[in-house]
Amino acid sequence: MRPFAYVRARTVQEATAAHAAHPGARYLAGGTNLVDLMKLGVEAPETLVDVTRLPLDAVEELPDGGLRVGATVRNSDLAAHPLVRDRYAAVSRALLSGASGQLRNTATTGGNLLQRTRCPYFQDLTKPCNKRAPGSGCGARDGVHRDHAVLGHSYLCIATHPSDLAVALAALDAEVELHGPDGERTVPVADFHRLPGDHPELDTVIQPGELITAVTLPAATAGLPSAYRKARDRASYAFALVSVAAVLDLDEHGAVRHLGLAFGGLAHRPWRARRAEAALLGATPTAENVARAVAAELDAAEPLRDNAYKVPLAHRLAGAVIGGLAGTHRT
Amino acid sequence: MQPTTPPPPPDAYHSEVTLRVNGTPRALTVDHRTTLLDALREGLGLTGAKKGCDHGQCGACTVLVDGRRANACLLLAVALDGCDITTVEGVAKDGGDRLHPLQQAFLDRDAFQCGYCTPGQLCSALGMLAEAAAGHPSLATDPDAPPAQGAVPLTPDEIRERMSGNLCRCGAYPHIVQAVEDVIR
Amino acid sequence: MAATPHTLGTPAERIEGRDKVTGAARYAAEHTPPGCAHAWPVPAGVTCGRITGVDTSAALAQPGALAVLTPFDAPRFAAPPDDPELDVLQYDSVPHRGWYVALAVADTLENARAAAAAVRVTCADHADEPEPHDVVLDEDHPEAYTPEKANGGYPAHRERGDAAAAFAAAPVRVDVSYRVPPLHNHPMEPHSATAHFAGGRLTVYDSCQGGNAVRTVLASLFDLPEDRVTVVAEHVGGGFGSKGTPRPHVVLAAMAAIHTGRPVKLALPRRHLPSVTGHRAPTLHRLRLGAEPDGTLVSVSHEVTTHTSRITEFVEQAAVPARVMYGSPHSLTTHRVVPLDVPSPSWMRAPGETPGMYALESAVDELADALGMDPVDLRVLNDPATEPDSGRPFSSRHLVECLREGARRFGWHDRDPRPAARREGPLLIGSGVAAATYPAYASPCAADATAHPDGTYTVRVNATDIGTGARTVLAQIAAAALTAPLEAVRIRIGSTRLPRAPLAGGSSGTASWGWAVHRACTALAAAVAGHDGPLPGGGLTVTADTTDEVRRTPPYARHAFGAQFAEVQVDTVTGEVRVRRMLGVFAAGRILNPRTARSQLIGGMIMGLGMALTEHSTMDAAHGDFTESDLASYHVPAHADVRAVEAHWVEEDDGLLNPMGSKGIGEIGTVGAAAAVGNAVHHATGVRFRELPLTPDRVLPALRPEEEPAL
Repeated sequence: MRPFAYVRARTVQEATAAHAAHPGARYLAGGTNLVDLMKLGVEAPETLVDVTRLPLDAVEELPDGGLRVGATVRNSDLAAHPLVRDRYAAVSRALLSGASGQLRNTATTGGNLLQRTRCPYFQDLTKPCNKRAPGSGCGARDGVHRDHAVLGHSYLCIATHPSDLAVALAALDAEVELHGPDGERTVPVADFHRLPGDHPELDTVIQPGELITAVTLPAATAGLPSAYRKARDRASYAFALVSVAAVLDLDEHGAVRHLGLAFGGLAHRPWRARRAEAALLGATPTAENVARAVAAELDAAEPLRDNAYKVPLAHRLAGAVIGGLAGTHRT
Repeated sequence: MQPTTPPPPPDAYHSEVTLRVNGTPRALTVDHRTTLLDALREGLGLTGAKKGCDHGQCGACTVLVDGRRANACLLLAVALDGCDITTVEGVAKDGGDRLHPLQQAFLDRDAFQCGYCTPGQLCSALGMLAEAAAGHPSLATDPDAPPAQGAVPLTPDEIRERMSGNLCRCGAYPHIVQAVEDVIR
Repeated sequence: MAATPHTLGTPAERIEGRDKVTGAARYAAEHTPPGCAHAWPVPAGVTCGRITGVDTSAALAQPGALAVLTPFDAPRFAAPPDDPELDVLQYDSVPHRGWYVALAVADTLENARAAAAAVRVTCADHADEPEPHDVVLDEDHPEAYTPEKANGGYPAHRERGDAAAAFAAAPVRVDVSYRVPPLHNHPMEPHSATAHFAGGRLTVYDSCQGGNAVRTVLASLFDLPEDRVTVVAEHVGGGFGSKGTPRPHVVLAAMAAIHTGRPVKLALPRRHLPSVTGHRAPTLHRLRLGAEPDGTLVSVSHEVTTHTSRITEFVEQAAVPARVMYGSPHSLTTHRVVPLDVPSPSWMRAPGETPGMYALESAVDELADALGMDPVDLRVLNDPATEPDSGRPFSSRHLVECLREGARRFGWHDRDPRPAARREGPLLIGSGVAAATYPAYASPCAADATAHPDGTYTVRVNATDIGTGARTVLAQIAAAALTAPLEAVRIRIGSTRLPRAPLAGGSSGTASWGWAVHRACTALAAAVAGHDGPLPGGGLTVTADTTDEVRRTPPYARHAFGAQFAEVQVDTVTGEVRVRRMLGVFAAGRILNPRTARSQLIGGMIMGLGMALTEHSTMDAAHGDFTESDLASYHVPAHADVRAVEAHWVEEDDGLLNPMGSKGIGEIGTVGAAAAVGNAVHHATGVRFRELPLTPDRVLPALRPEEEPAL
């Protein structure tokens, strides 16, 4: 880890100005991934702009029933927030599925979205990785890739995004608020993370100097039954092999009025399953219909040598989660 | 608007911070790279918090920061100016003479072997008990139950899930869970 | 033996327990002599090849940098080490990825890490043209050979009768292959050392399983008389075999301290451990069991193929337990090994027995299936009267009692033996059983004991407590021999200033150290009894050395045995397997401290649970190292993986072991546990998995279509 300067910002304006004033600056929030990567040498900022004491640590109820979650709200506080548990169960469950109690106490809402892949080649400076060192190659494609992507990967990168929270937010149509040198903008979480394409070094659409200030959860999905489920190698404290977040609304005939479905562990970003959603819209969520719709989504999968298991795993997991939500409606 | 930054320190890579460690304010000049864990272990000689992985993957470094459990290996000391830190050395009462009931329960239950994860297990359990008392759910908490008013009852499954950020290679888990149960009864 | 029953065999609390729960216990990297510097090693980023240059200029330009040692300028050892893994910074080639190619020393930890990161190493064959390397183990590897010996000194190849012909003629046959992946010890405390060289004396605080071997190596490498080297290992944060031999960290720490003239602290980064502190070698097993229709075994073959590194021959003795377990007139047990460009394998908790009994006990379960027989009954039927391979009588063997007691406690006979018969919603439930065995070793040891005028005693032996409770049990042994209360005994361990002792390994620590402690204390009690008048101010001291006695032990087969039971659930949605409960019953001689013994046995079972379900290292074929290099990717079991785990034992009175009548308990808990879990998964699903671990990627695709969950 090379020496770096440290600036503690007290306001958003101070933070973005400090970032602009220091070339090679990075924002420091919970640091649970950034400090980890600095120790590995993957990240080497010249200045850290500490944003943990910005006044962004509140969950506000919006007039329409949605929620605005400050970027520095800690994962554990968000997961425990009564309104989040009540209206957006999948968010709470996704957070509680991730990391450990200690890490959730430290990690922030904004930082969670910006965490980087746990691909072992990305983390090892002595191995090729196009994400870390563009042009160096992808060690995982022909190497060890049991945990890697089956959807939307490119020749250059097969990494997955590790966040649980982002998967739930994508399914729930949450949005990211960004504050940057050119002002403020809002991006749907489902569009915030990128597919690797020709530029795997870019995880998200965030621009240099931009700071996540909040995540908003929309009124439209508030209070709808939602769930998050994760399959993993050990019972806790492990990244997802595959995860599923879903929010489901049925009409009075039991037909799907709204479905938000997203997968984790399958792609370089939370995979919003729009095809499956469209296929089920207006249909009854019977096991057969759900299976067919999810299969249509997963038709696009291009598994690698050692990760084909993710396709049936995603299929079964989505079926179980949607089936469970449909059962909730019936009761 | 220009940022109003603090006056530049003599060296751009070091800062002066004050940490309140186990109740005592400790003024330190820290390299910005120094983690809380290394500040405690190397700077203050408080080696109770352990370095098992240095990447937030084992929990041996768990301490309480402003009363909440955290992995000291991933926190930069410079960012903690003014914070309250409790390490395992500060858990016993009366200046260390009287063991905390949880420490006693660990002894009674033989809830450790090599002892290297133990300080982290203890601090984590203390933080976890406070979280449950405050009504924080875990993945083991029924999501369909209405948000708890008050404390979440700690079943063995709850304890296990909430303590999963503390690895123990000796496999003391069943006894650790028993020790935690001893202090909540 | 004049043991006071209330001392030996009682659940005394750990003597160092209070220090461990208050943070007062200091481990190797927690000693900071004045002026202490920090060292950070630099691993090779290539698989193999020759180093052409190490550019240290940027590293030395880092603030606080004190030195950077490289293969070109590091101090030369006075003599080459016996263990090639310790021959660090002495030559310019890289035998495997992760091999240390430089060492940075700086005033602070942060500066040492930065200096290490700034070292630039160049190799003859740069990334464009990597040197060809071979890191992939398979049965048909052309370089596979049968060594003379396997680890532990066992003959690699043994045959009795004609196993092949007997198998071919057997009415009931099982011919199956199993694979166990590379595994890593990952003790919670990474390998660490603090070294101080002053006045011609070298003092090292080391995280090791035995300081005497470390002292011998350091004295030899750095040309010092042994009495000028002190190795202290007061508290050790686990080892599980990986600290059983001196490791590169302690050599490098000592080298840096001697070179810089300052005390030097070196704690290995977790990510370095898989390459330089050993691993359980992958093992490929072929089992052929032939039986009569009534279940009587007529032929047992266990053939193992494993790997070793290019610089050392370590052969995981996985076929050896088949020489101990079941009677059979015909037997073949053999090992082949393939030298590859991989890090050197070494000991991991019950080397040989752990992977070997996974395969053997899984195959026995398959045989029970083929016979339509209860797997407990099959094992009882084939329990031999003498050790099958050697013909020696057992000093004691109570496997059958363990199986029966375990079956009773577990509720084994209440189960429906049909596979895939028990379902709870999307979960399939099953149970399994396996046997366990581990040899009862003992090594020569010295100890002394002093009676003080105030009625207290001091017992000194260079034992190492890696979490076993060695201090406590040795104090109990001493108190029993002295017929003194436990509180009257002070026990001193963990320093080479104390009488020489063997390592904490091979489940033999208590037997070896305790034997010497017992002898010293028994002699002291006699000396005190024969002493007229008050004791002298300095007390009365008696020394003991068990070398002759240990070497004279009569030729019995000495082993502990056990029975492992597991109940699992398999989620048909995800393929996730979880252990609901485990129960082990062991016959391990006299249990000297039930409190610490139970902890060790349970802990061993949990390591076996990890082997079955979560743990594996993957050799990266392109790069020659293990992909799972940290604790986020190498999944040791977490709290949530471990539900009800119980350990029990049957009383065993064995007078042919040592004065305490004890067998080791540190390793047997791990043995057989993975097989019990695997057999339970078969019972749950009807699918036989023959490669570990049982992770969803393996389990889910294999579930039978009728086990797809109803959506």
